[in-house]
Amino acid sequence: MIEFRSVSKTFADGTTAVRDFSLVLPSRTTTVFVGSSGCGKTTLLRMVNRLVEPSSGQVLIDDVDVATRNPVELRRSIGYVMQHAGLLPHRRVVDNVAVPLRLAGVGRSEATSRALAALETVGLDPALARRYPRQLSGGQQQRVGVARGLVADPNILLMDEPFGAVDPIVRDDLQQELLRLQRELDKTIVFVTHDIDEAFLLGDQVVILRRGGEVAQVGTPAEILADPADDFVRTFVGLDKARRTLHVEERAGARIVVDGDGRPAGVLGPA
Amino acid sequence: MSWLDANLGRIGDLALTHLWLSVLPVVLGLLVAVPVGWWAQRHPRLGGVLLGSGSILYTLPSLPLLTIIPVILGTSILDPLNVVVVLSLYAVALLLRTAADAFAQLPREVVDAADATGHSTWQRALRVELPLAGPVLLAGVRVVSVSTVSLVTVGALIGVSNLGSLFTEGFQRNYTFEIVTGLVAVVLLALLLDGLWVLLGRLLLPWARTERSAA
Amino acid sequence: MSDNVFVGAGQWLTDSAHWSGTDGVPARLLEHLGYTVLTVVIAAAIALPLGLWIGHTGRLRGLAVALTGSLRALPTLGLLTLVVLWVGIGLTGPILALVVLSVPPLLAGAYAGLESVDRHTIDAARGLGFTEWQVLTRVEIPLALPLIVGGFRSAVLQVVSTATVAAYIGLGGLGTYLIEGVQIRDYPMTLAGSLVVVVLALVLDAGFALAQRSAARS
Repeated sequence: MIEFRSVSKTFADGTTAVRDFSLVLPSRTTTVFVGSSGCGKTTLLRMVNRLVEPSSGQVLIDDVDVATRNPVELRRSIGYVMQHAGLLPHRRVVDNVAVPLRLAGVGRSEATSRALAALETVGLDPALARRYPRQLSGGQQQRVGVARGLVADPNILLMDEPFGAVDPIVRDDLQQELLRLQRELDKTIVFVTHDIDEAFLLGDQVVILRRGGEVAQVGTPAEILADPADDFVRTFVGLDKARRTLHVEERAGARIVVDGDGRPAGVLGPA
Repeated sequence: MSWLDANLGRIGDLALTHLWLSVLPVVLGLLVAVPVGWWAQRHPRLGGVLLGSGSILYTLPSLPLLTIIPVILGTSILDPLNVVVVLSLYAVALLLRTAADAFAQLPREVVDAADATGHSTWQRALRVELPLAGPVLLAGVRVVSVSTVSLVTVGALIGVSNLGSLFTEGFQRNYTFEIVTGLVAVVLLALLLDGLWVLLGRLLLPWARTERSAA
Repeated sequence: MSDNVFVGAGQWLTDSAHWSGTDGVPARLLEHLGYTVLTVVIAAAIALPLGLWIGHTGRLRGLAVALTGSLRALPTLGLLTLVVLWVGIGLTGPILALVVLSVPPLLAGAYAGLESVDRHTIDAARGLGFTEWQVLTRVEIPLALPLIVGGFRSAVLQVVSTATVAAYIGLGGLGTYLIEGVQIRDYPMTLAGSLVVVVLALVLDAGFALAQRSAARS
């Protein structure tokens, strides 16, 4: 379990990224921070492994304040996946995945075999293991990034817009892959995105943020759609747009789901 | 040609002396400049002062410096050590800037990833930053290496033997062929050393040559 | 011995006999500066048009890079002695060698300066209807000025340094004190001469640093 207790962050240049933020992130669930740029979502994420120190307040993992832990050891115990994969260009793919293990003191051959297993877990062709990162496509690099985040089998996985820089088809693929992995692995995932569809797809708990790290609404996707807290949330999740406002029409004996513009979106089947 | 036959052994000796007078300053310069440049890049204010004094050092003309250093060190003016010290100073001056730039231009997201995966400061410096700065450092070393081989010859003017001695002797004996021989030998030595640095780069930085595949 | 040499150099520099006549410091300094200016003017007349053309058109760039790089490998002392044996004692030989050595930094300053200008700015200038000549003179050169001045800075310092070495082949200038001092083992004179050259180099470098800063501001 991760807990934010009245956390605030003001950077050296005077901008306030987060103001008095409190939230509990239950274990073995996915929590998604979603909001437009400047809402402090990445800052919140980076506080969990002390890449950012809060100006006030506490971040706790299983009731232990992270500020009391050695930052380097803390980071080794938490998986981290970032937007541009952040792979080391001078290491081969398999060695990149093995980095967290090597840092933890695991021997070279064991680290390599576990890294190869992690590559298989994320569905990457083993033939790519001996390549350098820049010889891979963006989507492949991102899979390597996920493998690196998982290889040391951490309880917590932090994901900072991991699929933000790949094209929509690959992104679709990676999202489905992550859902499958989460069913198997049961990690506590903290996921940051600016894409509300991605947030609703992946999140058990979705946190919608506005500028300055203020919470607009917290809830399951269904709760947010059913009862948006205010106009900001209503607009942000797209409830003012035709594609979110669906109704059912009878057509030739079938029940068709139709959006606000009257365009058919699908068929209503038995529940 | 008979002069060449008769002097081949001596030219070989001069070339060997020239070789170590050239290699030592570059290696010393690299050993000093890399850690100092790394530090300078992390401490911009004091580092800037350091880089500034480095570039002033580089403006000092070589022959005067070769005569000032023995007075400061208390060495004989004929001591080859003077040449090594002066050329090491130049090498540090040039490579310090190169090293600071090399560390400053590392991709932010890679350094960030190194932190996020739990590298300590030292591990990050040695396992991530240093190898990634490698290609830029190598380019700097190649420039310094070539100009150092050329600068060693100035030492002949104050009586430190090296391939430059062929210039002073040839000049005094009015023998063009000896000077041309010296020029060819110096350029060949510079090329040879450059080739060795390139080879070393390929061995140590195999990843730098991989092509980016279509993403 | 080192203290004695320093004291001796101090005495040498404060001796008024060394500050007058054709072998005095002012005369040698003027000589040294004269060679430097002459060399850099000739070299600039060759290198600047060529460098601007390369930078503007992008043609022959590879050749220019290879040329400036390989000239760095050429030892100045070898070039100086060789040229004198070919052309003979006198001013022509040494000045020729010095010109050859100061062309690369000027060339590099000119083409690198033009290359540093943002392509969008140049496109915008063309879009506004500037002729190629106007693009060069009103957009590229003004924006490239700091790097062009930087090329002059390296060239001048290079010539000041090499002209000292050229005293060995009888060019005169401040290097005379160094070369003669070593030959007759008058180390105080050598050190005094060296200190004067060092001060000259530092003053010139500081001057160019100021010029570069004002070029960047304008």
